[in-house]
Amino acid sequence: MKPFTFKLRHEPSQRVDLSVLTPDRLAGRSIAEIEKISIGVTRQPICVGDVFAVSEGDLKLLCFEGGSSRFDLIGAKLLPGFTIEVNGDVGAQVGRLAFGGKITINGSAGAFAASGNAGAEIDIKGDVGDFLAGPLAGELAGMSGGRVIVRGAAGVRAGDRLRRGLIVIEGDAGDALGARMIAGTMIVLGATQGRVGYLNKRGTLALARGRDFGATYLDCGAHHFTFAGLLARSLQRTSAEAAQLLLSKLQKFGGDTSVYGKGEILTPL
Amino acid sequence: MPELICNGVRIDDSFAEAFPMSGTGILITGPNMKWARQAAQTMTGFATSVIGCGCEAGIDYEVSPQDTPDGRPGVRALLFAMSSKDAEKQLVNRLGQCVLTCPGSAVYSTVPGEFEIKVGDAIRQFGDKWQMSKFVDGRRYWRVPVMDGEFFCESKVGLTKKSVGGGNLLVMGADWDSTMRATEAGVAAVQAVPDAIAPFPGGIVRSGSKVGSKYKGMGASTNDAYCPTLRGVTKSALDADIGCVLEIVIDGLTDAAVSAAMRAGLKAIIELGPDKGAKRIGAGNYGGKLGPFHYHLRELLP
Repeated sequence: MKPFTFKLRHEPSQRVDLSVLTPDRLAGRSIAEIEKISIGVTRQPICVGDVFAVSEGDLKLLCFEGGSSRFDLIGAKLLPGFTIEVNGDVGAQVGRLAFGGKITINGSAGAFAASGNAGAEIDIKGDVGDFLAGPLAGELAGMSGGRVIVRGAAGVRAGDRLRRGLIVIEGDAGDALGARMIAGTMIVLGATQGRVGYLNKRGTLALARGRDFGATYLDCGAHHFTFAGLLARSLQRTSAEAAQLLLSKLQKFGGDTSVYGKGEILTPL
Repeated sequence: MPELICNGVRIDDSFAEAFPMSGTGILITGPNMKWARQAAQTMTGFATSVIGCGCEAGIDYEVSPQDTPDGRPGVRALLFAMSSKDAEKQLVNRLGQCVLTCPGSAVYSTVPGEFEIKVGDAIRQFGDKWQMSKFVDGRRYWRVPVMDGEFFCESKVGLTKKSVGGGNLLVMGADWDSTMRATEAGVAAVQAVPDAIAPFPGGIVRSGSKVGSKYKGMGASTNDAYCPTLRGVTKSALDADIGCVLEIVIDGLTDAAVSAAMRAGLKAIIELGPDKGAKRIGAGNYGGKLGPFHYHLRELLP
């Protein structure tokens, strides 16, 4: 399958909004029409054609050859069945409110990656900025479904207000990991810092490295969890290390008891 | 009745008459095969006939750890009832009383049916608000805290209305021992067929029934035509060399599974031959007017 390709000509002089470049919004448009789509966010006009050389292909697979930390909102509201691949970095809000599909970033992503994701599988080979999968200001919930895998490190407040779905961070996580989690699952293989699971209602945090989680997380003993076996099976191909963590005997810390308190932090013994 | 002879065993030119049922199946896993099997056995106990038990259930097959969703050994159990409502009621009751209670168990859906019935969604309330849900690969599961850890249960399981109940083989031999030998061989072959179960004790019924009774209010009574001790005094269907009749009843998730199971059972019984095993094989029907599925023995011969 020949992908529909956007080849980077040169990095734009301003941030660009690429939410219009999803398969469903490109369908039925000619190359000339696509090149004329405005993507600028300042008074200085900028079009797709100024930044990318567009070559036609199958819209099921959209490929960005070359990235930039100024590319915002790639794969926003992506629909199931479509794939977006970026060979390079991306800016803020990649996969924002995506309904499904698959997004692969062979580079790093900016802030609010996978924000409000409802079902997409997002794989980021590099690092991500702050507020991974979190809500934008004023929103009551963050990611509500799907799966996000970050091979590198994540910034502060990853998984803020996570409602459903799975986030794996293979590197380190910044301060306030899983803050205000409503539900869902987060797995972190690297180091964590600051308050972990602050105000977590009923989410699950599985951390490869245990530490003191504060007085509001209460020790519930070490157990083999059946659900962890199922989750490990599901993760085996995408993140073998995360799967391995889940298969070990896990110490459960119940909390955050300063709120609803039905959540948990799981760490190996 | 015109007869066929296969390896010396007489085969009635008859057919088994079967009925549509609502069928569902679950995979029960456990920390080891002993406890997975224990849960499945308990759940499928007292489930021989819909008439008195509300459903018909049995163990379909065992599943090795690498083939189960959670990497633990498992057992697949099937349950059949006359309506989807009955199936749901029976499954939820049996899960609640027999599987939830069984140490180490977890439950997964294994039948991709046209309908879904809520199981975990009902049992989760046992968790008294400590239950947690997990959504993995498009399926919802419930984690219910219990005294040995957590009961893990899929929220919904599939149900199909394309199931068939009542496939059967009547195994007739000279005496109890030889007939039992043939029937056991038949049951072993039937049980090896996936998607089909033989719900009676050890897969075998010895009290086949006919419709109606001399007593008022009894819908069914002993099938005197097949009772060897009444051979001389009733309008018997038995020949002079038949001293014992045992029946294998088969329920399957699909029409094809029932016919495959009957074919396998027939083959095993015929292979044993008339000296060691059965002298004659028949099938039970009600004249063909009640059940839409007819399995003609002639067409199922090896």
